[in-house]
Amino acid sequence: MIRQHLIDPEVCIRCNTCEETCPHDAITHDRQSYAVDAAKCVACGDCQTPCPTGAIASWRRVNAPYPVAAQLSWESLPLELEPAAPADLAEPAEVQALTAQAHRAVGVVPPPWSAAHPYVGLYTEARPAIATVTGTLKLTADGAASDIRHLVLDFGSTAFPVLEGQSVGVLPEGLDADGRPHHVRLYSVASPRDGERPRRNNLALTVKRVVADREGRPVKGVASNYLCDLKKGDTVKVTGPWGASFLMPNHPGARLLMICTGTGAAPMRAMTERRRRRLQLDEGGSIHLFFGARNPAELPYFGPLMKLPRQLIDVELAFSRVPGQPKAYVQDRLRARGPEVAALLAGDDTFVYLCGHKAMEREVLATFAELLPDFPSRLETLKAAGRFHVETY
Amino acid sequence: MAIDYSTKIPNNVDLAANKTLQRALEQWQPHYLDWWREVGPEASTAHEVYLRTAVSVDAKGWAHFGYVKMPDYRWGIFLTPPEPDRKIAFGTHRGQPVWNEVPGEYRSTLRRIIVTQGDTEPASVEQQRALGQTCPSLYDLRNLYQVNVEEGRHLWAMVYLLHAYFGRDGREEGEALLQRRSGDADKPRILGAFNEKTPDWLSFFMFTFLTDRDGKYQLAALAESGFDPLARTTRFMLTEEAHHLFVGESGVARIIARTLEVMKELKTDDPGKVRAAGAIDLPTLQRYLNFHFSVTLDLYGSEVSSNAASFYSAGLKGRFGEEKIADDHLLADSSYDVPRLDGTAIGVRHEKAQLALNERLRDDYIADCQAGVDRWNKLVDKAQVGQRLTLPHKGFHRKIGAFAGAQVSPTGKVLTAPEWAAGERQWLPTDDDHAFVQSLMKPVTAVGKYASYISPPRVGIDNQPLDFAYVRLSA
Repeated sequence: MIRQHLIDPEVCIRCNTCEETCPHDAITHDRQSYAVDAAKCVACGDCQTPCPTGAIASWRRVNAPYPVAAQLSWESLPLELEPAAPADLAEPAEVQALTAQAHRAVGVVPPPWSAAHPYVGLYTEARPAIATVTGTLKLTADGAASDIRHLVLDFGSTAFPVLEGQSVGVLPEGLDADGRPHHVRLYSVASPRDGERPRRNNLALTVKRVVADREGRPVKGVASNYLCDLKKGDTVKVTGPWGASFLMPNHPGARLLMICTGTGAAPMRAMTERRRRRLQLDEGGSIHLFFGARNPAELPYFGPLMKLPRQLIDVELAFSRVPGQPKAYVQDRLRARGPEVAALLAGDDTFVYLCGHKAMEREVLATFAELLPDFPSRLETLKAAGRFHVETY
Repeated sequence: MAIDYSTKIPNNVDLAANKTLQRALEQWQPHYLDWWREVGPEASTAHEVYLRTAVSVDAKGWAHFGYVKMPDYRWGIFLTPPEPDRKIAFGTHRGQPVWNEVPGEYRSTLRRIIVTQGDTEPASVEQQRALGQTCPSLYDLRNLYQVNVEEGRHLWAMVYLLHAYFGRDGREEGEALLQRRSGDADKPRILGAFNEKTPDWLSFFMFTFLTDRDGKYQLAALAESGFDPLARTTRFMLTEEAHHLFVGESGVARIIARTLEVMKELKTDDPGKVRAAGAIDLPTLQRYLNFHFSVTLDLYGSEVSSNAASFYSAGLKGRFGEEKIADDHLLADSSYDVPRLDGTAIGVRHEKAQLALNERLRDDYIADCQAGVDRWNKLVDKAQVGQRLTLPHKGFHRKIGAFAGAQVSPTGKVLTAPEWAAGERQWLPTDDDHAFVQSLMKPVTAVGKYASYISPPRVGIDNQPLDFAYVRLSA
C-alpha cells in the first residue's frame, strides 16, 4: 500500500498556488479541479503551507494511485480503501539479538515506569562504533546568526540501538594543542528509536556550530565544527548510547510537557516523531511543546514543526530577538498558558522534559513555582516517579 | 531567501545596504501605523489574532501561524527571488533582459500603474473596517483580519517600489496613499469600486470573491512586467491574494449551504420563510452577486484602450498567463472580439488585439468567476432545492465602456427605461435587502459558534479544529 497525496475538490478554490509552488511539476488542473500526479509527487511538502484552504493536506492509502484524470472528475474525495494498517512496531532485529546489556544510571531521577529498556555504553572511546554520514542538512536560514545542522549517521551492520532522549558521544578527528586526542562530546539523538529513516540502522543529531563562548568571545567549538563540516560519505567515531533516565514513557495516554531552547529540541523531536509514527494507533495522551529561539530563522526544524497535526502536538514558540516585538522567552509562554501548565504539572500522567540552556532551567523552575503553589513538594514527587527530567548545559 | 527580521522593516531586499531608502521607509512606517490605527479595523488593536506571517518567501517559510496583535504584525517587503536571465516576454522589447531600473521613457506610466494598484490596498481595509463588530464567528473574524493585514502588506509592497525607484515623486505618492480615504468626497480613492461601502458580511464575501479576484488578474498581468522589481513584488502578492479569494468563495458557499439547509428543513423556497429562519434567501444572494460582479467588471476599464495597448507594447503590463500563451507576444496583426452596442442589439466587432487588452483580461476574469459559481451550483444541485446562481451578462449595470448609459438585463437584453425600472428591484439589492441582511449582522464571538445565516467551514485554518479560538478578544 502507498500513501497518495491528493487535493480535496470540495475545499480547493483553484487558486493555482500549489501548482505554481510544486518544484516537481506534479500538480495540474482543468477548468474545475486540481490533481496530483503520483508519478511525479515526491511528498516534499512544499505545497502544504502555501495552500490557503487546507485542501492540499489530503492523503489516502491506496493499492494503486488514482490517475490524474480520475482525480479531475471527482466531486469529493473517495473514502479510504482500508483502515489504517498499524506500523511495524517491532524493535530493530539487532536490538532483540542483543541480550548483554551494559548500562549505568545517570542522574538521580529514575526513568518513567513505562520507558523501554535502554542500552548504555555499548561503545567506548577505546572501542568506538564507526558511523557513516548519509545526510547533512542546514536547518537555519542562510544569513541567520547561527548555523544549526541536521546530521544523519548510518551504522551499517554495527548494532547501535538508541531510545528517544539518549545521547551519543562523538570523537572529533585530530589532536588538541597538547597533542592529545580531543575529549568526547555528547549530542542528544534527534530521531526516534526506529531510525531517522524507519527500519534503517541510522540516527540523526542536531548540531549547532559553536563560534563564540558564553561571553561572546570568538571560539571555534572543536566537535561542533568537526561535525558541521562533515560531508556525505565521511566516517565518524561514536560512543554510547548514553543515558538511562531522560527517556519517554511508552504507555498509552501519557502526556508530555516539553520545554526547550535551540538544539535542546533534539530529544523533543525524537519523542514527538516516535508519537507521530504511532498516531494511527490512537493511543491518546498529548504533547505540549514550549520552544524558544532567537527568531524563526534560528529555530531548528521550524518548517516541519509547523506542519505537525494539531491532534499530536500543541506548540508554543517564543522568540527573543525579533525586532519590533517584545522579547519573549519560554517562561513567558508558560505563564500565558498558566492554568493549563499548572494542570499538567498537577496531573497524574504528565512527564516533564527540559533541555537547553542552564538559564532557561532556572527561569522555568521559577515560573512553575509561580503557577503551582506547592511546586517544591510536587517537584520531589515528580522526580521520584521518574516524571521530571532535565538536561541543560 | 530568508527574510531579515533584525531590522525595523522585515525585508528580503537587503534594505540595510541602502541607508537612504531604509531611512525613507522608516519615516513612512509611523505614518502607516497612524493610518492603520485611524482607519484600520475598528476596536481591534488589543485582540490576539491567529495570523500567518511570512518568515521567508519560499514554500516552507511564508506561512508561519501564531497569535499576533495586529499593530504588531510584521509588515514588510518581500519579493520572490529574481529569475536568473529573465527576459521581457512581450511587446516591442521582447527578448531583451528585464529592467532592474525604471526606463526613463516609462517612468510616469509605471508610477501611475503602481499608484493605482497601491491605492486599492488601503482602500479595501478602510471599506471593511467596521465588519469586525458583526463577525459571524471567530473563524471569520480571523479571516477578515488576515485579509486586512495582507492588504496592508500589499500597500507596503507598492510603497517600496515608489520609494526605491521613483525618488521624491515616489515618496510623495507614498504619503498620498495614506491621505486618500475610501468614500471621502474630498479625497476619494482612485477607483470607483473602492469607494463603495462594505456594510455587511455578505458584501464582504462577495467583494473578496469578485473584487479581490480583479486584484488577482491585475497582479497577474503586472507579474509579467518587464520591470523586474514590479514583477517579483506582485508575484509574491499573488500568493497572499489566494487566501482572500478563498475567504470569499468559501464564505459565499457557506452562506448558500446554510440557506439550502433551511430550505430543506422547512420544505420551502419562499424567501420570506427562509428569511424568517435567519438565513439569506437565494434571490437576495443573486442580487448581491449581480451588483458586485457588475461594479467589478468596470474596474477593467473600456473595451478599447490605447493606454492598455501602450502598457503592453512597452512591456509594462502583460496578459494573464502571458508566458503560457502561444502567439507572437506583440499582437501586431491579431484581433479580438469586443462587444458592441448597436441600438437595441448587442453584437461584437473585431478590434485590434492590442487595443482590446482590457476586454481580454475581463473575459479571463469572467471565466474564473464562472468556475467559482459552478462550484456553488454543485451545492444547489446536490440539495435538489432552489434555483442555481448565474453570473449576469457583462453588459448588465455597467458604468464604463460600451454599455455605459445603456440598460441591459441580466440575460443580455437591451431594455427601455421603463423596462429597466420595472426589473431593477429583482436584479439589484434593494433597500429592503440591505436592511434584512443588516438585521442579521449580530456578532457571534463564542468559540466554535457560527451565525444563523452561515454554515461552519469544512476545515479550519492551519489544521486547527473549528472550535479553535482563532481570535482571543481583548475584554
